[in-house]
Amino acid sequence: MEVLLFGIAKDIVGKSEIRFSEADTLPGSVGDLKRRLIASYPEFGKLSSLAVAVNSEYATDAVFLTKNDEIAIIPPVSGG
Amino acid sequence: MEKPIIEIVETIDTARVYDELSDAKSGGICVFVGTVRDFTNNESVISLEFEAYKSMALKEMEKIVDQAAEKWSMNKVVIRHAVGLKKVQEPVVVIGVSTAHRDACFAACRYMIDTLKETVPIWKKEMFEDKSVWVSAHP
Repeated sequence: MEVLLFGIAKDIVGKSEIRFSEADTLPGSVGDLKRRLIASYPEFGKLSSLAVAVNSEYATDAVFLTKNDEIAIIPPVSGG
Repeated sequence: MEKPIIEIVETIDTARVYDELSDAKSGGICVFVGTVRDFTNNESVISLEFEAYKSMALKEMEKIVDQAAEKWSMNKVVIRHAVGLKKVQEPVVVIGVSTAHRDACFAACRYMIDTLKETVPIWKKEMFEDKSVWVSAHP
């Protein structure tokens, strides 16, 4: 399972994606993924907001994740 | 409404947008051009760097046009955002719409830029003399 990182999320982790291998316990839901990110990288907890997109759509914490989903961390957006 | 022009590009040519929006059924064209400003909170900005989650950003921009089309009768629409390093005064976003009458034109243009700033996954980093900051990242 790959999780794409953008903006400050890329800076916090130090790379543009996080890879969970089959050997790891994969995060089961968006909420689970967020909790694990904040546990591993406390800087995520200090952001104004932390959203997750699944297959290019904003996803609530309850959304389940599967290894073939395209998952992305969406830190506070600032386009325009 | 004609098929909208929705793009993420390296460089914005603001001179194109009039021809893209010009339309026989429209009595008005509104265009918002977002540009790089030289100061933020009294600190001198050298440049802005834009990054996009391109596939999702294009989808979110399409949604914004669809939402605006439900509220107002629009004839032509352009939404074009730049990515990469942009210097002071360079254009970074163009939102344009042509409509029969001006009220809808102003309202739709305003709605689309305001919503873009809230929902489209694009990020900007302000580069100062001695540091760089992801805009809006922290409270």
